[in-house]
Amino acid sequence: MIYKDIVIIGAGPAGLAAALSAYENGVTDILILERENFLGGILNQCIHNGFGLHTFKEELTGPEYASRYIHKIEELNIEYRLNTMVIDISNTKQVIAINETDGVITIQAKAIILAMGCRERPRGALNIPGFRPSGIFSAGTAQKYVNINGYLPGRNIVILGSGDIGLIMARRLTLEGSNVKIVCEIMPYSSGLKRNIVQCLDDYQIPLRLSHTITRIHGKERIEGVTVAKVDASMQPISGTEEYVSCDTLLLSVGLIPENELSRKAGVVINPTTQGPFVSNSLETTIPGIFACGNVLHVHDLVDFVSEEAALAAKCAIKHIHGIQKHEKLISVIARAGIRYTVPSSIDPCEVDKMQLIRFRVSDVYENQYISVYFDFERVYHKLKRILTPGEMEQVILPKGWFDKFPTVKNISLEVERK
Amino acid sequence: MTEVGKRQVTCINCPLGCTLEVEIHNDESIIVTGFQCSRGEDYAKKEVLNPTRTITTTVPVLNGDVQMVSVKTSSDIPKKSIKACMLALKGIVVEAPINIGDIIIKNVCNTEVDIVATKEVKKK
Amino acid sequence: MMYDTIIIGAGVIGTNIASELAKYNLKIAVIEKNTDVCEETSKANSGIVHSGYDALPGTLKAKYNVLGSKMMADFCRRLAIPFRQNGSLIIAFDHKDLSKLEALKAQGIKNGVKGLRILDKEEIFRMEPEMNKNVVCALFAPTGGIVDPFQLTIGPAELAVQNGVDFFLKTTVTNLKKTNHCFQVETNIGIFQAKTIINASGLFSDDINNWVSSHKRTITPRKGEYCLFDKQMGSLVNSTIFQLPTVNGKGVLVTPTAEGNLLIGPNSLEDYDKEDTMTSLEGIKYVIETARKSINKVPTSFIITGFAGLRASEDESDFVLGEAEDVPGFFNALGIDSPGLTAAPAIAKDMAKWVATLLNASKNADYISERKRLVRFEAESLEQKQRLFQENHEFGRVVCRCELVTLAEIKDAIHRPLGATTIDGIKRRTRAGSGRCQGGFCSPRVLEILSQELHKDIREIAKFSEKSTFLVGLDKDLL
Repeated sequence: MIYKDIVIIGAGPAGLAAALSAYENGVTDILILERENFLGGILNQCIHNGFGLHTFKEELTGPEYASRYIHKIEELNIEYRLNTMVIDISNTKQVIAINETDGVITIQAKAIILAMGCRERPRGALNIPGFRPSGIFSAGTAQKYVNINGYLPGRNIVILGSGDIGLIMARRLTLEGSNVKIVCEIMPYSSGLKRNIVQCLDDYQIPLRLSHTITRIHGKERIEGVTVAKVDASMQPISGTEEYVSCDTLLLSVGLIPENELSRKAGVVINPTTQGPFVSNSLETTIPGIFACGNVLHVHDLVDFVSEEAALAAKCAIKHIHGIQKHEKLISVIARAGIRYTVPSSIDPCEVDKMQLIRFRVSDVYENQYISVYFDFERVYHKLKRILTPGEMEQVILPKGWFDKFPTVKNISLEVERK
Repeated sequence: MTEVGKRQVTCINCPLGCTLEVEIHNDESIIVTGFQCSRGEDYAKKEVLNPTRTITTTVPVLNGDVQMVSVKTSSDIPKKSIKACMLALKGIVVEAPINIGDIIIKNVCNTEVDIVATKEVKKK
Repeated sequence: MMYDTIIIGAGVIGTNIASELAKYNLKIAVIEKNTDVCEETSKANSGIVHSGYDALPGTLKAKYNVLGSKMMADFCRRLAIPFRQNGSLIIAFDHKDLSKLEALKAQGIKNGVKGLRILDKEEIFRMEPEMNKNVVCALFAPTGGIVDPFQLTIGPAELAVQNGVDFFLKTTVTNLKKTNHCFQVETNIGIFQAKTIINASGLFSDDINNWVSSHKRTITPRKGEYCLFDKQMGSLVNSTIFQLPTVNGKGVLVTPTAEGNLLIGPNSLEDYDKEDTMTSLEGIKYVIETARKSINKVPTSFIITGFAGLRASEDESDFVLGEAEDVPGFFNALGIDSPGLTAAPAIAKDMAKWVATLLNASKNADYISERKRLVRFEAESLEQKQRLFQENHEFGRVVCRCELVTLAEIKDAIHRPLGATTIDGIKRRTRAGSGRCQGGFCSPRVLEILSQELHKDIREIAKFSEKSTFLVGLDKDLL
């Protein structure tokens, strides 16, 4: 049995930032467990620019962003094990992992920080009719093939999903010599950044078909083509709009799902909306001493927010280890009309320092509407937002003073209001 | 010679992606509106006169702890040079160890821009 | 070389017959057109071990269903095939249907099925809290079970190879002729000769039969579509839940699988195309809507994949088993649709006996009755996991995270008898790639392992058939 103050599961941006923050805040007995052969997680395959504008005030590629943390980890000699798969966590914070050198490792942690990231939604989950040929990849797996292994998945590509991963891969594959024929998006808008539409699609004249989806996969052994159709307001294919597009590869960028199998094993209660754990403002899950941050908690758009969140999780984990968390009362944070979810889902006012950040996503596209925050029935915040989309994480910052002003508040609710 | 008239351009400098209106006049002057920072104004002018991009790709590594090293152009290069730049990288293989910033190709395709490594690769 | 027997088809019937026939001193070959065994109907079915109430008394289906059902637990234990006797429930929504349930019960008893009893509402809901509230009564068949159809096919195939049976994969039979002293099996790789033929070729078994026999047979493919759910939903129901059978078959069922997933399906659509294993929008929709009648909520957001299989249904609706009257030495195992999976070990036993008797074959005293050890790391205790690691460090390298499959198991799957050469082959033998991420994490690794272990260019590694490769090039090949 190994004893550690903090065990961090995952050495992607969340895990690395958490480790660094823990060390800088006085706890050095840390162990990071990483299943890949390298530190940095998903950043290693995100070779494009656009990371670190907030954190480092420069635009870095994914690997460069990761290296800022990796260098410090190496410098400070923070312990990590690569090629190590965590296979179980208990609600008593016992972690069981396995690797090729040590075999089965059992670690008793004082605090665990979950930083496992997320997986991609597969074709099967979409029930796209057809055979089950080869040549169908989720965009992230295709990105891994190209950027980590140096393999090319296909020559003539169709992409379903215009989120950033789909757009980035449209450009990536085009640069490597593939012919990306179209990008289909079921929604009437793309959830990707506008700059990516320009740099990834417009630059290479790749057509973007909004309100379109794939209704059939053709080809039995290797994919030969897809049927693309327009969809109506309820996202149902419109008969008569079908078009056959030949291809030998289909990339799916249709959703990320936080990887909480281990969390579930530990008994952590998962929010069915986010598929990530319910957490308090200490980023503590329903199991005391188990914290969550990064994509495993909720899928982020900006890695800078991940690093921020992870740093906070580490600080709170330290408080837990020193037994100085108060756990006096928990105010529920409720997502009402127009709000899909909030993180955190509960707030302990004693843990609020100068202010409390609530991150959230809306459930639809709203133009010129208000984000409102209510402390019980009292509206304390009412801000006009020109545009709100589900693709962009939003936040509200609640000053500590408001918690002092409403000491008996039971619920804080967020909603989108017309006026 | 840039065409006279109005164009809409999306700035790609940061995730805000401001929509910029660009007016090109007969006397070749360019007026930009809609930017939220000075980089936007510069970008819009450049985009209509001489559009450039930063390119990121990968290069195979020998004897490294990973198979590929990610690389980028050290600065932006003309859009029209992108294809040639990619072809210049075809067949290039590097050997570990590699540090961030190592030059893989100097002055790629006469752009005065280098291809540099963006990842550290240790020897296997 | 003259074989004593050539078995055409390496589905669950063919491989089980091969492993039974190998108990006799005979030269046996199995010819299979696909790149692996278990590539057709055997890989795309419900995986149910039927108790036998559904088959018509006096038919071969009834006989072999019940025989197979009785054999299955022991058979699976010996061959390390995942199996669970979870019981079957046939539900009714109207008290008027009680008589139909009673009739099924009586039929089952006639067929030799034990333990059948009618349950009332209270008992049903105690057993299955997620049952649709409209269910009023049910027939409970405790001998019903669930089995891994891949292992039920691959296990016996491995055993056959261990006992000297030759397997010819990627070999398609193009013609079959009977001469004075033997059968000539024409294939794409040459002509085989055998004293006897066993026709276990599923969807194309009518063609094989009709080449030699004047008793013509017709196989009509009937498509069945399925949805498979995340293991998180694996204990939504405990038993296999059937609705009342119709002329089209047993209908859409809701069942846990032997591996712990939830499965719903199949529908039943007559097809004309023996290669059409496409899923359809209407088919999947029908399956989900029909499943909704059995359980309150079908957790569609937990679907991880869908698939379709084709039943090889014969016009006469019963199994066609045995020596063709007009062609001595030609044995049919034809028209094996449901309950074919259940019946397989029992059919194999009899078929082997018939052929061995005809050939006057002696028993093989050196018969190896145990498969090469098959490790399922995921299922082992922590202590056993550590012991396995000490034996082979590659048990410490997890390749498939969703199903916890290790490098040691994947390499073993490649190197054991009739080892995997494709991604699907690995999937069926080890479960790598069949989890919730459907290979998103592990397939790059598995591709590399296959390439290394088989000494094949990674661009040639395929999903199943030769054309179903993954990669088209390396680095900047396309520029």
